[in-house]
Amino acid sequence: MTTSALPAFVSGRRVPNLWDAAAILCVLAGLVLVAHAASGTLAPLPAANTIHLGLSYLPYYALRTTLRMFVALIFSIIFTLIVAPLAAKSRRLGVILIPALDILQSVPILGFLSFTVLFFLNLFPGRVLGAELAAVFAIFTSQAWNMTFSFYQSLTTVPRDLDEASRSFGLSIWQRFWRLEVPFAMPGLVFNTMLSMSGGWFFVVASEAVTVGNTTFLLPGIGSYVSVALSHSDLPAVLYAIIAMLVVILIYDQLLFRPLVAWSAKFRFEMTSGGEAPDPWVLSVLRRTRLLQLLGELIGDIANRIGGLRMKLPMPVVTAKSQKPSRVVDGVWFTLVGIVVAFAFWHVAEFVAESVTLGSLAHVVLLGFYTLLRVAAAMIIVTAVWVPIGVWIGLRPRWARLIQPVTQFLAAFPANLLFPIVVIVLVRFALNPNIWLMPLMIVGTQWYVLFNVVAGASAFPGDLKEASANLGIKGLLWWRRVIIPGIFPYYVTGALTASGAAWNSSIVAEVASWGHTTLTASGLGSYIAQATNEGNSAHIVLGVFVMTAFVLTINRILWRPLHAFAVRRLTF
Amino acid sequence: MDHTLPTATPMLVSIANCRQSYPKEAASDVIILDDVNLELREGEIVGLLGRSGSGKSTLLRIVAGLLKPTAGDVRWRDKPITGPVRGVSMVFQSFALFPWLTVEENVALGLEAQGVAKTEREARAEDAIDLIGLGGYENAYPKEMSGGMRQRVGLARALVVHPDLLLMDEPFSALDVLTAETLRTDLIDLWSEGKLPVKSILMVTHNIEEAVLMCDRILVFSSNPGRVASELKVPFPHPRERLDPEFRQLVDDIYALMTRRPVEHRTPQQVTGPAAPPPPPTFQALPVVSTNLMAGLMETIEGEPYNGRADLPALASAFQMEADELLPIGEALQMLGFAEFEEGDIKLTDAGRRFVEADTDDRKAEFGAALRAHVPMISQIRQVLDERWNHRAPALRFRDELEDYMSPDYADDTMRTIVAWGRYAELFSYDREADQFALEEDEDEDG
Repeated sequence: MTTSALPAFVSGRRVPNLWDAAAILCVLAGLVLVAHAASGTLAPLPAANTIHLGLSYLPYYALRTTLRMFVALIFSIIFTLIVAPLAAKSRRLGVILIPALDILQSVPILGFLSFTVLFFLNLFPGRVLGAELAAVFAIFTSQAWNMTFSFYQSLTTVPRDLDEASRSFGLSIWQRFWRLEVPFAMPGLVFNTMLSMSGGWFFVVASEAVTVGNTTFLLPGIGSYVSVALSHSDLPAVLYAIIAMLVVILIYDQLLFRPLVAWSAKFRFEMTSGGEAPDPWVLSVLRRTRLLQLLGELIGDIANRIGGLRMKLPMPVVTAKSQKPSRVVDGVWFTLVGIVVAFAFWHVAEFVAESVTLGSLAHVVLLGFYTLLRVAAAMIIVTAVWVPIGVWIGLRPRWARLIQPVTQFLAAFPANLLFPIVVIVLVRFALNPNIWLMPLMIVGTQWYVLFNVVAGASAFPGDLKEASANLGIKGLLWWRRVIIPGIFPYYVTGALTASGAAWNSSIVAEVASWGHTTLTASGLGSYIAQATNEGNSAHIVLGVFVMTAFVLTINRILWRPLHAFAVRRLTF
Repeated sequence: MDHTLPTATPMLVSIANCRQSYPKEAASDVIILDDVNLELREGEIVGLLGRSGSGKSTLLRIVAGLLKPTAGDVRWRDKPITGPVRGVSMVFQSFALFPWLTVEENVALGLEAQGVAKTEREARAEDAIDLIGLGGYENAYPKEMSGGMRQRVGLARALVVHPDLLLMDEPFSALDVLTAETLRTDLIDLWSEGKLPVKSILMVTHNIEEAVLMCDRILVFSSNPGRVASELKVPFPHPRERLDPEFRQLVDDIYALMTRRPVEHRTPQQVTGPAAPPPPPTFQALPVVSTNLMAGLMETIEGEPYNGRADLPALASAFQMEADELLPIGEALQMLGFAEFEEGDIKLTDAGRRFVEADTDDRKAEFGAALRAHVPMISQIRQVLDERWNHRAPALRFRDELEDYMSPDYADDTMRTIVAWGRYAELFSYDREADQFALEEDEDEDG
């Protein structure tokens, strides 16, 4: 892919407002409540499964992991299709949903894994089902927000002429949704779904083996296979798992990712054709094979019929803007919201009063700065390494075509599977974990930087290249005046994705173990990880609070302004 | 000021036997420029005039040292050109301004690259900005400016280094008519007054009037492969008057030159009919011309006041089209046997007249017959479709065949035209998703 669409959460330029504060309170209160409900049952439970390290079990485990992934994807799609239209169509809902989604995507999911496991275990008596749902939920939380955002943005930017045409032809709301809004949103939605899926492998692996207190829940899957292999110090098993994961992602990449992205290109709104990459082979096979074509037509036909149903809801003839919103309904609605926010505030306040002292808060914030330092250092290293390489590759189209699929592939690979190898090296050479665990946070997400820089450099306009050659611009001046500004918008996109994910992975990256050896780097991630191990819900909630605050703050004061600047000044 | 050329003036550029070809895996290279010779001396404005695809922009880039020719001797002040040449500045069709730099920074960039000290840089940038009429815009970003102002920045940036040669690649073609004219006259005024800090100008254009208005010498290029078809001197002093009869006559002559049939082509295609065993077809690049434009042009030529024969410059100005836009339509008509060029005029043939008089269905039949007679690739596609049991064929194989005769870009354009024309004539349908040609299912006509 040469185009680099932005992940949905960056491209929206929202100014923080009062609703953000309300949303923060609500999300926090929600977390506290879940923690509260779950902490009552924090008693040891028998482990549900045993994981066999035999090679023959691996395909089955890989299948289970993949299935979990797709179940979560289906839930995410349903969530997206329901919540985004609600937020887009209803001013009242939108005003609270959008900030809430924005906050939710900054919450480190891994920190909450233990709660969600217990929560779902309580919800469903069958233990396996509960743990399965918890894992699915973890993946869901890594996918849904981004997808919903993307869909919401498309819904609010449907071209005016198409909107007017669908009104004048009298399409019902249902028809309009399937005939106009969903197709229009498709490219963005597919791209963001794929981005989320790539991130999702990380969480599926992490969520299959969850330790709460003294109990470890193991779900059959590659993630738990690795975790068992770790505790047995079984290096070959770790390698097998890595290979299995590579195969799974390769299949997923070839059978799903590429065909879907290519297919979604037909919904692109620009009428221009040409300059397209050739179809991936799977899509060609699908389109060429008669039998598969018929099958596709059948499915398309059914979808068509469903989308074409009138569903009895003609669209209002007048646009919503010309109607004055009802003050009474507004009053009732915002009072309700106010009550919820007040309730949330009370809950958070209660929690803070009960279990947070100023000292512990200061300690956790300090740990947060340690992790921040690590993230920053990792980003600097990644930038220094990959920006020059990415520019070099991007300016050579032949290389770029070869490298881009590889980086996409690497970005999808769950880096936590590689941790053991690093840990073995650390243990062997007795290296300081405070420094040397740092690369783990970035090992999986650095590819976003490379991928985006390559995309930026290959999209650098040919006439500007010629102009700078004609003016004789070389060396440092070329980097400073020509190429760095040129790739900067792309770099920001990649770096912000990478750094956001780095925070999340610090929870698994700051604590690493191999057999009986456990390496710990002091930081917010290890704080949360330890709290999870001890089943200390107050510490978990506090840690997650602080990490969310860090991520939000850095997004607001660093990445968003940088991105806004890049879009304003540095685009062509 | 008089810019007639005594031969004693120093030579700037000399190009001998220059050839540029697109490397192709197959045996035959796709030739963009073939056997081009050019000499450029101080004190002249030379225009490279030709249609898109005649390689004139490529030649400009070879002179700038941005491209290395496949073969040939290219010299700057008698030294071989090996890389970007100092002393040669370029103005781009797309302006090529750095959007993150202000006007002043853009202009000063070339000086910065030469290591000129900051104060001198600023002074010289200021001079160039003032010269080109941009005073007051120093701190603006290109995005804030109109196209005409942007191209002024492009000019100032090229002039600030005081180049010996100014290269301009269709510098006014991205601008609206009025802005372009203002910029042309401003530039010519500065040149005539000797205020431009350059010794010569080499410009690429597809606009015949622009070439006649600005240049002292015009090289007319033929397309595919690009060759210098003819060279003309423009003897008029500046400022030139477009309505001057001599000016008009020269424009007319150039139209005639550009529409003259190359003799070696065509002959095999004139012989049509099923009897003659077809020689291995040589595929030509087809221009992207819509059937609507062709029908519209034929109707206009047939109607008042032209009555079947129209003067090309008159047609161009009536349609507000440039030669580069009008000629491909006319050439497409000529290729299909609907019209012919004659001495700067275009006249309808009998087939063309029949087309104009027909109703929609008959027009399609007429057009289809012309396509199958005159476009070898289309008749080949139709033949393959007729022969296949499922009446389907992937488009890829035809595109590959085209690429043996032309560059991939041209093959793409040609393919697009084939699809559009074939669809209009209802010779075959095309499924873009599957990249397949197919026969219309309710086709009643046999193969």
